[in-house]
Amino acid sequence: MLEQPLLTEAGGMAHFAGRFFREGFRPRYEVGEWLYQCYVIGYQSLPLVGVTGFIMGMVLTLQSRPTMAQFGAESWIPAMVGLTIIREMGPIITALIFAGKIGSSIGAELGSMRVTEQIDAMEVSGTNPFKYLVVTRVLATTLMLPVLTLLADAIALFASFVGLNMRGVTTLALYANNVLSRLAFGDVLPAFIKTFFFGFAVGLIGCYKGYHADKGTEGVGQAANSAVVVSSLVIFVLDLLAVQITGLLGLN
Amino acid sequence: MLPEPETLPAAPPAPAEMATPETVLAVEHVVKSFGDNHVLQDFSLALHRGENVVVLGKSGSGKSVLIKCVIGLLVPDAGRITVLGQDVTRLDHAAMDQLRARVGFLFQSNALYDSMTVRDNLLFPLRRHWLAHRRAEEAALVRQALEDVGLGHTADMMPAELSGGMRKRVALARTLILRPDILLYDEPTTGLDPVTSREISHLIREVQQKYGTAALIISHDMSCVRLTADRVALLVDGRCYAEGTYAQLQALPDPRIHEFFA
Repeated sequence: MLEQPLLTEAGGMAHFAGRFFREGFRPRYEVGEWLYQCYVIGYQSLPLVGVTGFIMGMVLTLQSRPTMAQFGAESWIPAMVGLTIIREMGPIITALIFAGKIGSSIGAELGSMRVTEQIDAMEVSGTNPFKYLVVTRVLATTLMLPVLTLLADAIALFASFVGLNMRGVTTLALYANNVLSRLAFGDVLPAFIKTFFFGFAVGLIGCYKGYHADKGTEGVGQAANSAVVVSSLVIFVLDLLAVQITGLLGLN
Repeated sequence: MLPEPETLPAAPPAPAEMATPETVLAVEHVVKSFGDNHVLQDFSLALHRGENVVVLGKSGSGKSVLIKCVIGLLVPDAGRITVLGQDVTRLDHAAMDQLRARVGFLFQSNALYDSMTVRDNLLFPLRRHWLAHRRAEEAALVRQALEDVGLGHTADMMPAELSGGMRKRVALARTLILRPDILLYDEPTTGLDPVTSREISHLIREVQQKYGTAALIISHDMSCVRLTADRVALLVDGRCYAEGTYAQLQALPDPRIHEFFA
């Protein structure tokens, strides 16, 4: 997937990110296109993220129940599932699904526009294609992934409640109390903050791969494919960094 | 021994009012290389207001590189390119965008935005330059541009629904909607059948006559060259090898020129 040597690739992406910060906050602001991308990237990803979150919550609950039951610790399931989802599984699974859906879509779209000279056409018609195509998409992914993660977390927790009630009886109030009483800001905030970085990585890598696509239709396929692979890998690396940082801050 | 442009037969005497035609585009001693591949070497050419100049050359001779240098998509290694009095090699991004509103570019691949309808393709440059302030104005400009290319009925179609010739016409309409002073055509008839190719060539002439635009046309299609060129510049070995009207060049005995007209 990494056709170029790793350092060249990393340098290219760092330069691309630098250009994003240089150009992204100067007028002219492409507000209309940014809102449209928020709709496409955020709203249209909701069904997939919702279904994934529901299954994640239910599977975690159903699989942990027999083991917890052996120790007579069924009452700990809401707290355990809640912590697992909010601290780790919600952000990482949502980010990976997001990378698969949005990263590949951005890579293919921009790659196709590059090889058919649509990006050049945009430039000669007096539009900065970097601002219009890249800045809007990266901002949209950075802001939409945290929102999607919150929704996925909520759906997963609800699915966990449903899962508990499939084999027993628990009220929603008791379930919510069990989950919330074990959660601290140190659990929620770092997990929420890291999703901004995940979203930024997915958008930036998808745009980078598409923007620099070549070799015709083969290049478009490669752009889409490597956008997913590289952004998934970067999500794991960022997650590892986040764990280290929260550990240093005493939040683990 | 290669003939220099000055050894060509003298051009026919120009009419009195054309004695000092305004130069709208001047390429002076431009050099462009990609690694060891020296594509343009000291290339010079002038385009006057209302004139169609065809740059003729073999595939891979650097014609598209030249036209991309003119529009600022590539930066020449040396030399100067002046478009409507402004040196494009020294313009910042904002000034270049302003200049580009006055220069239309027809891509070889048409480069239509395939996720937009024909109407939205035409509205895109219009809205970027704030050239129409009301919906009715926009609609009128889109209708006019499409009628100019004979495709008034296609506004709501997607580019994928159009034939190759229709896409070329829509791409031309998209450049015409800004009423440019100069049009740059990159291989306008490549990939088209002979009949459609002739139609596009005639359309290029019609646009020149209707709007008085100057055009720099990159081509190796001799039928297109014959139908559209007021003047032909031959690009060989990165240089302007010869320059003159179609008839003048055709009459020259030089084998490197003659192979194009054979």
